[in-house]
Amino acid sequence: MNRRDFLVAAGGAAAGMGLASVITVRPAHATPVAMQEAIARVVGAARVNPGRVKLDLPPLVENGNTVPLTVTVESPMTAADHVRAIHVFTEKNPQPEVASFRFGPRAGRARVATRIRLADTQTVVALGELSDGSFWSAGVAVVVTLAACLEEA
Amino acid sequence: MRPLWAALSVVALAASAFAGEIPRGERRSGYDFMSRETRAMQDDDTANPAMLWVLEGEALWNRKAGAAGRACAECHGDARTSMKGVAARHPAFDAARGRPLNLEQRINVCRTDRQKAPPLAYESRELLALTAYVARQSRGLAIDPAIDQRTQPFLDAGRATFGRRQGQLNLACSQCHDDNWGRRLAGNVVPQAHPTGYPLYRLEWQGLGSLQRRLRNCLVGIRAESYEYGAPELVDLELFLMWRARGMTMEAPAVRP
Amino acid sequence: MASALINVPEKAKRGEVIEVKTLISHVMETGYRRTQVGTRIPRDIIWLFVCTYNGTEVFRAELHPAIAANPFIVFSTVATESGTLAFHWTGDNGFSVTESAAISVE
Repeated sequence: MNRRDFLVAAGGAAAGMGLASVITVRPAHATPVAMQEAIARVVGAARVNPGRVKLDLPPLVENGNTVPLTVTVESPMTAADHVRAIHVFTEKNPQPEVASFRFGPRAGRARVATRIRLADTQTVVALGELSDGSFWSAGVAVVVTLAACLEEA
Repeated sequence: MRPLWAALSVVALAASAFAGEIPRGERRSGYDFMSRETRAMQDDDTANPAMLWVLEGEALWNRKAGAAGRACAECHGDARTSMKGVAARHPAFDAARGRPLNLEQRINVCRTDRQKAPPLAYESRELLALTAYVARQSRGLAIDPAIDQRTQPFLDAGRATFGRRQGQLNLACSQCHDDNWGRRLAGNVVPQAHPTGYPLYRLEWQGLGSLQRRLRNCLVGIRAESYEYGAPELVDLELFLMWRARGMTMEAPAVRP
Repeated sequence: MASALINVPEKAKRGEVIEVKTLISHVMETGYRRTQVGTRIPRDIIWLFVCTYNGTEVFRAELHPAIAANPFIVFSTVATESGTLAFHWTGDNGFSVTESAAISVE
C-alpha cells in the first residue's frame, strides 16, 4: 500500500472514532401528537375553543434557552366567573408540558409572565381553564435560531 | 503565474488595510443588536438574572474573609462611592506586578495581600458575584482605561492579538468585529465586540460569566487554541478592547443572547 | 447565592391589583442533557412555586424542565389587607426556599 492509501485509511478510522465520541444520543422528543395527548390529559372530554387567550411570544428568538412569555386571559375574575388555570405546552421540546399556573378570584387579573426553553422552531400553545369548566386556547409559531434543550452538555 | 501572484498580494494588502478602527460615531454596544425582549430583560433590575449575582456580591463585600478576618467594606467602605468608576478603568496598571491587571485579578490581589485569603477561581460563584457587584457601581459611566507609557506596550500586544489571524479558521477578531459587524453569521448578528456589560448574563450560558469566558468561547469558535484564564494574552486583549470602546457607556451587568 | 429577588410594591390601595415579580437562582437542569461521554445529567428542577397572602394561597405554579434557568415568574394579586406575602419554592433533591415581603394596604 502506498503512503497516500495508508493515510486515507487511518484518517477514515480516526474520523469514525471521532464521530462516535461526539454523536449526541438524542432523547425521544415530543411531537405534535404528544402535545395533543398532553392537552387531552388536562382537558378530558371537554372541547377546546380558540380565543380569549392572548399568548405573547417573540416570533424570532435569539436563544432558545430563555424565551420570555406572557399569557393573559380575559376574565372578570370574580368568584362566579374566573380563570382557574393557565397551561402551556410545546410541540417539539423533549416533553410537551411547560407549566400550569393556578388562579382564583384573588388574582385580580389572569396574567402570568415567565421565561421558557424552546428546543427548536415550533408552535407553543397556551390553554385557559375557566371556572365554568370551559377551555380556551391560543397558539404562536416561534422561530428559534439556537436550540436549548437539545444542546450538548 | 506572475499576474496571479501580484493579484493575490494586492488582495492580502487590501484585507489588512481594510481592518480599520470603527469610527467613534458608529460605535454600538451589543445592546443595540439584541432583540427587544432581551433588552427589556437587561433594563429591569427586578427581572435581570445578573442581579442575583450582584446581591450575592453585596453580601460578600460585607463579609469578613481570610486569616486577616477583614471584609472588603472595612477598607473600602460603601462600594457605591468607593467602587464608582473602578470597573470602567480596568484593566489598570499594577506597579508591584509591572503589568495591567483586570478586575478579577485586582480583587484576588486584595484577597491574598490584604485579607490573607486564598484567591478565587475564575468563573467561581464568589468571584463572579464580587466582580458583578463592583462593576455595577460603574453603570452609566464612560469606559476610560488609563493609557500611558506604562500600559502602552500591553495595549499594543492586545491590538496585535486582535488583528492576528488565528486558529483552523484562520480568522482575526478584526475581520468579524471591525469589518463585518452588523452582518449575520449562522443566524446571529455579529456585534462590534465592545466589553460594555461585563460580567454579563449570557442566555447561551444560562448564567453569569466574565469577559475572559466570552473570549475563550470566541477562540474555540474559530478553532484556535484557547489561552488559560488569567493569561497575559487575555488581559492584554481586554485592555485593548476597553481602549477600543473608550467613551462608551458601561452597562454592567448586562444580558446578552 | 442570593436566593431570590422579589419585587412587591410596599404600599397599595385596598382592592388594587398589584403585580408581583419573582426571580430565584436555580440551574433547572432538564434531565435531557448528556456529558461528553454520553452519561445523562440527572434532572434537578424547581417544580412548585406557591404564594400565600397572610397564610391564604393566592397563586400556584407547577413547573417542568421547560422553564428557563433562574426561574422568573410574574403574577398578580388583589391587595386585600396589610400583611405578608410568602413565597415558597420546592424542587428536586430537597430544594426548599421561602422568602417573604411585607405590604401595607390602606
